[in-house]
This record gives sequence, structure tokens and C-alpha cells, in this order.
Amino acid sequence: MGVTALGASVKRTEDIRFITGKGRYVDDVNRPGQAFAYFLRSPHAHATIAKVDLGAALKAPGVVAIFTGDDIAADKVGGLICGWMIHSKDGSPMKAGAHPALAQGKVRYVGDHVAVVIADTFAQAREAGEKIEVQYTELPAVADTASAAHSGQAQIHDAAPGNTAYNWHLGDKAATDAAFASAAHVTKIDLVNNRLIPNAMEPRAALGDYDSGTDTITLYTTSQNPHVARLVLSAFIGLAPEHKLRVIAPDVGGGFGSKIFIYAEETVCAWAAKKIDRPVKWTSDRTEAFLSDAHGRDHVTHAELALDAGDKITGLRVHTIANLGAYLSTFASSVPTYLYGTLLSGQYAIPSIYCEVDAVYTNTAPVDAYRGAGRPEATFVIERMVEVAARETGQDPAEFRRKNFITSFPHQTPVIMAYDAGDYAGALDKALALADYKGLPARKAASASKGKLRGLGMSAYIEACGIAPSAAVGSLGAGVGLWESAEVRVNPIGTVEVLTGAHSHGQGHETTFAQLVSSRLGIPMENVSIVHGDTDKVQMGMGTYGSRSGAVGMSAIFKALDKIEAKAKKVAGHVLEASEHDIEFKDGKFTVKGTDKSIDFGSVALQAYVAHKFNGQELEPGLKEGAFWDPTNFTFPAGVHICELEIDPQTGVVTIDRWTAVDDFGKLINPMIVEGQVHGGIAQGVGQALLEGAHYDNNGQLLTASFMDYCMPRADNLPSFKVETIETVCPSNPLGIKGCGEAGAIASPPAVINALTDALGHEDVTMPATPQVVWRAAQKALIKRAAE
Amino acid sequence: MVHVSLAVNGRPASADVDPRTLLVQFLRENLRLTGTHVGCDTSQCGACVVHVDGRAIKSCTVLAASCDGAQVTTIEGLAAHGKLHPMQQAFQDNHGLQCGFCTPGMIMASVDLVNRLGPNIDEAAIRHGLEGNICRCTGYHNIVKSIAQGAREMGAAATPQAAE
Repeated sequence: MGVTALGASVKRTEDIRFITGKGRYVDDVNRPGQAFAYFLRSPHAHATIAKVDLGAALKAPGVVAIFTGDDIAADKVGGLICGWMIHSKDGSPMKAGAHPALAQGKVRYVGDHVAVVIADTFAQAREAGEKIEVQYTELPAVADTASAAHSGQAQIHDAAPGNTAYNWHLGDKAATDAAFASAAHVTKIDLVNNRLIPNAMEPRAALGDYDSGTDTITLYTTSQNPHVARLVLSAFIGLAPEHKLRVIAPDVGGGFGSKIFIYAEETVCAWAAKKIDRPVKWTSDRTEAFLSDAHGRDHVTHAELALDAGDKITGLRVHTIANLGAYLSTFASSVPTYLYGTLLSGQYAIPSIYCEVDAVYTNTAPVDAYRGAGRPEATFVIERMVEVAARETGQDPAEFRRKNFITSFPHQTPVIMAYDAGDYAGALDKALALADYKGLPARKAASASKGKLRGLGMSAYIEACGIAPSAAVGSLGAGVGLWESAEVRVNPIGTVEVLTGAHSHGQGHETTFAQLVSSRLGIPMENVSIVHGDTDKVQMGMGTYGSRSGAVGMSAIFKALDKIEAKAKKVAGHVLEASEHDIEFKDGKFTVKGTDKSIDFGSVALQAYVAHKFNGQELEPGLKEGAFWDPTNFTFPAGVHICELEIDPQTGVVTIDRWTAVDDFGKLINPMIVEGQVHGGIAQGVGQALLEGAHYDNNGQLLTASFMDYCMPRADNLPSFKVETIETVCPSNPLGIKGCGEAGAIASPPAVINALTDALGHEDVTMPATPQVVWRAAQKALIKRAAE
Repeated sequence: MVHVSLAVNGRPASADVDPRTLLVQFLRENLRLTGTHVGCDTSQCGACVVHVDGRAIKSCTVLAASCDGAQVTTIEGLAAHGKLHPMQQAFQDNHGLQCGFCTPGMIMASVDLVNRLGPNIDEAAIRHGLEGNICRCTGYHNIVKSIAQGAREMGAAATPQAAE
């Protein structure tokens, strides 16, 4: 087999095990003698716990142990942490309420963890859990985002007066106010970015296993970042020192952010396994997932845009209330701040921006990063805003965007980010052509003749990916560095193992990372294996999220391969009896410049280990190198998505007729995989716009806690997508790549809502625009048209 | 306990099980056939689809005991004689999977869909036919392409002379 180039759409090597049922997910792992955990959860959104009576439950068949918050406290198990410090505008640190893994005296959302029952079978654990008697004293619940901080609301955490974690701001208020004072036109909008539930198809699971002989805990867990999990469980929660704690994330069935975080259940399974000296396994059911996985989005925003007389944007003012749920999840605080406010400039040259965010606690599940994490919320604000502004000022939305595009790079926005490369007009032109923008009036007329309302909406999004330069995020409050690591181990026969700190849960790293090695070393992909997801194999890593594994993870591999090449040249020089400086490496062969003397990569690997041709004191035997790559900047994928849809005003049913995406991801490693990432992102964004919404009632009961109640996108809700790319090379990493994992989810919600409002002729539509919402909006549109 | 005896992927399997044992639990826990997945508890997601006596069913919704005497095929038994089923091959060829969790159920449901509706099934029928299977990764675009290819190849395999 030959060499696989970068840019080739090769089939995925990992697919074989998945299509034959041989994938190995956490719930597929079993350990001898394992017991099963059932978590007794709070049925109340907000209550104090007067007493927990375990008497009857402890006598139930099969019960091994039952633990509550008292046991966690007695063992000094640390609370769950939030790893990103945000300071309020007055300089005070965010107010983080205590977050014990099992409740201590108070529960703060429906699904909060009251006790864990461990029994010989799961059925026995659940049955015993039903015999636990908990005396709750119910408190008034706070479920609504907009009013959570109002006076008179119940206090959720003593540490956070007014249910407020922080009042944050970014940008230049005075300059922005001045822009509005001199504006020729001001556009104002109010938006709700609806709360979502991630719903990776594999529910979370954990299996704790304790080896008393070595005093080592092994935790199998559904994690996007097993090393971060180990760090937190070790350094903050204090379960075991890192060298006595092994975290394994095997095949993981999707994450979308929700499996970044260190949750109560995983913590308790690892702790309890040691406590009872027996493996403890827990697998979430779907309703538990709805109740306790970290949710996403949930913003209430008022925004204003100032234009000058020439229709140039001069200022943007944004106020957002962000719901963080009942506790601060692992990275919750960063999402509505540095992942949100910093992207509010969009693709536009905006001289002044000022953004304020009030982050509130409510008696709902914690809210944290979900695909896009802050950037979809920012894109929804700016792309709805420019659309409405264009309509208000009577301009073509595409041309209004073009007039305000950033056209030279690097570009420093007023909100921290320095965009490094892009061609925004290029993407727009290509998208408009592919979508046949010029033909829209005729298609609208054809729809109207059938009694349908047709609309087109676009979204010119930008995101910051390749997360992220460590010192930069450190200065913004991150508790960790966001580099990535790689180790390249060349075996004596020339096969290669790459150990990466990235984690694949659908992204196809086993294929794309092997493509990089194959193209670089000139060896077939099947001679390369990618090792990830085990802290005993890979020393350290930061995991996969924020579209970072290409730009950051592969750059680390690239740097390690640089070192491999340099070392191999030295070995080849000795073998070929030439100076290492005269050795060229190309197509898997080391050649002495200007001669026909050469040796292939596999033979050099063997010589590196045999070590007969060089002095071991001058050149170390072996061929194994590692690298850490710390990015020099974020990367800035950008593009234009265009949604064209038809509304049936009689039923409110929306049919997406065509979807056109033109994305700039820089260099592509595997276009097939890139397109797949875009498809999936679009589906999640269309889901947000039309179908999905997490609804709590006023008492904090989750009304959408199953797939019967929470509408996931199905195949017949979606069209086939037209997905193309343009390329501006990213200057911030050696491979020139920007990242593609979140683009679809970031771009698509405003494209759908802009299309809906175009069809309706008014702006009064909320997400999710279900048939009922659209039917009401369509009736309003019909009345408005009749009156005109 | 109740005695269950059935054939899974052509091999006999029998056990005494708790009467409430679901077929999916019997497959995963008794037989360690972990390719069949559980993605929900309301029979919505379809990750658990297997074939019972040649028809697709959601194995989270049927008791093992009620399958006594049945012929069950799981994703592990779909490839015959070491060769991938055309639908499995089509999913790889068209990048019809990402995380792989919904994939076994998706493939088993797709094979059944083609068995019921024939190899010339169009995009609209494929999309409608997938209403009982949820995928969170792919946006279905490549799953639809995969099934169209798998259907054609199942049709060609069923009538080899048609290709001549």
C-alpha cells in the first residue's frame, strides 16, 4: 500500500470496528466482581434535606453499600470545580457556590445527586434506592433566566447574592456610547438563545476499579479529555495522586462538549470503588442524561447596532443574561464570556463594541459548553442584527454584509481577537452563486402561487477555534494551558505509534492523524496506529473540544515528526557514511544529496535500534520523540451558510428546500471527514432553530426529559446539504488548518431564522420555531400582507 | 427465572433469566454481544435494532423470554463468511458514521428497510424510513447516501444476472 497524502478523502480506518459491532464503549467494559451504582436524585428543584433514612434500603437484597453527602464529606472528597476564573466588572472574583458530588443538606435542581446505592445488580440497586426515605423541605424554585437575579427570588447559593455568579463586561463603553450618540440609524433587537440538551447518542457511563495491591484506581469513563479528568479528580477532588489514578476513555459515542466535564457520577464511582474495594459501574439512562448532563446556550439578550449615514457599522452594544444552572460546571464560566463576547465583531469591521454579561444561577441543570460554546450565541446576535439592520435600511442583506466586511489581515477587533486570515467576500460570492441567489424572486413567486411562503437567510459566521494559546487564556482566567502533546514512537521495523493527548469521539483521528504520519514519513497508513484515551499510555494531553484537535493536536504531531526526521537523518548519515547535513528525506527515503546512495525509512528505524553504525555516546539509540505544541493564536474558521425554506402557512410546517455552505477551514486533511463534520453541525443548528428546546416549568421541573418530549432532528427534518470550501491558509500553525467541528452549529441557527423572517416579512419568531410558533407567525404575516 | 432458548447469529443460546430481562440485556450481558447499543429508554433512538426472525425490532422493547425459539441476527452476525454486508460496506464508503454508537442499529434498520421497500428506494423514502433511528453526529446526509448505495448493491446481489 502506498502513501496517503494530506487532502485525500480516504475512508476511515476506525469504521471497520464500528460497522461490525466491535467498538468498545465504556458500557461494553466489564470487570470481575463488579457492582452497580444507582443514583438517587432529587425530585425537587430546590429543597433542604432534613434527614435521609437508609434503614430499609440497606436491608434490601443485593445491597453492598449506600453513600450520601455525609460520607463524601467524612472522606474529604473535594467538591466539583469550575476551572475558569471570571472577574466581575468591579474586579471581584466570580461567586462559585459549593458543588459537592453528593448533596450536603440542600438540593438545587431536579436530578441533583442525593445518594448512591451500590448493589450486586443494577435492578437491585434501583429497587433499594426506592426504599430510601428523604425528608425534604421544599423551597421556592428559580427557573427563569431573565428574572433569576430579581429581588425577592429564592437564594440558591449563600455565596452568590442575587443568584449572580458575575457581572462581566468587555470592550470600550465610552467609545461605544459615542458611536451611538452620533449614529444615523440604530437597530435594536431582543433575542432568546434557547436552552439545549446535547444528547450524544451514547449516554455517559463510568466504571471505577480499584487495585488494592498497587493502591491504584482505574476509571473508565465517557470523556473527551481523560487527562483533564485525571488532573481534576487528583489535584482538586483529591481521589488519588495522578500516578495512582488511571483514566481510560475508550470509544466514546459523541460528546459535543457534554463529555468534557467532570461530573458527580464519575467521581463517585471512582471513589466508591476504592471505598468498597470492588469495581463500581454506572451507566446513565436517557432521562438521567436529560436531567444531569450539562445543558447548552440559554441566553436572554438585548443588542443595539449603530450605523453611520453611509450604512457602515460604527458600534455594537450587547447586554446578555446567561443562565449557568444550579452549579458552575467545569468550564461554564468561560462560555458566555471569553468564548462569546470576543466573537461579537463577527466578520465585520466594527470600531467599537461593548458587551455586558450577567451570569445567573437557577434551579436547573448546570449549563456549560455545547458544540460551539458561546460562539453560536455570538453569531446569533450579530447575524440576526445585521440582517434586521439591512432590512430596516432597505438594503440587500448580502450587500450590506459585504459593505461592512473586514478585508485586510491581520485585523484587531475591539474585543480581544486578532483575526489572522480570511476572505469573507470570497466565501459570500461563492455561496450566493451556489445558492442561485439571483433566482430567488422567481422561486418565491412559484411558492406563493402554491400558497407557500418562501424565504432565504444567510449567516456569515466566524469562530475562534484551535483553542488556544496557553498564556493568552491564562491571562483571561483559564486554570489550565491549552497546548497539546504528541509522542511518535517508531518501532524497529518502521511501523509507528502516535500517542496523542487529543481524544476521538467521532472525529476520525485514527484516520486523519495517520494520514499526516503517512504523508510525512512516506509509509502506508496501515503501518501507523493512533493511541489515545488512556492516561497510562499517553502522558498528558488536553483533549478534544473547541475544534482544536487538527490545529493544535496535529501540530504537536507535526513538531514531533520534525524531531523524528532530524534524528533519523543523523542515523542515515552514519549508515550512508555522509554528513547528516547532506541527507535529504523525501518519499520515505533518505538520500545523500547528489548521489544515488539511499536508505528507506524502515531500514533507518532498524539501524536506530540496532545501533551498530554509530557511537552510542554521540548519538542515542532509538527513534522516539515527543512534542508539546502551544498555539500562537486562535484560528478563525469563517464562511457563509445560506438556508432557503418554504413555510406552509396552513400548518406551520417548515421545509428546508436547500442548504448551501461555503466554509474556509484553511488546509483540509480529509475533505470527506470535514464535510461530515459540517453536516452534523448544521443538523444540530437546525435542531436548535426549529425543533429543540429544554423547557423547565416554574417549579423547576424539566418538561423535556425524554426523546418523546425533546425533539431531536430526524432524517426527514433535514435536506441534503451542499457543502463547499474556500481556502485561506492559517498562518498560526505549521499545517495551515483552522478546524471544522463546530462551524455548522455556529452558522446555522441565524441562517434558519433569517430565512423564516424573510419568508414571513416580520421579525417576530423565537427559537425553536416549531410548527406552532411558525403557524402563529404565519397568521400574523398573512394579516400584515392583507392590510398592505 | 424463566428459561430462554433461541438462536443468535446462527448459534444456539440459552439461559435462565429474570423474567423482566429485555432482549438487549440478554444480548449484551448474557452473550456479551455489545455491538447492540442502548441509547434511550423510550424506544425512540433505534441504537438497539436487531433482526428477529428476519424483521427489524428494537431489542430494548421486547422481553428476551418472548423471543424464545426465535432466530436473532445482531450487527455481529451481519457479515457473512468474513465479507462485510453491502450495507456495512456502504456506510464506510460514504462516511455514514462518526462516533459509531447509533451505527449498528442504523445498519440493521437500513437492511430491513431495503428488504421491505426494495433496492430502488428513493431519498424521501429513506429519510421517512429512518424516523425510528436517531443520529446526533452525521446530520443524516451521508447515512442517506450510504443506504442508497447499500440498497443498490443488495439489489444487485439478489439478482446477479441483472448486472450482465
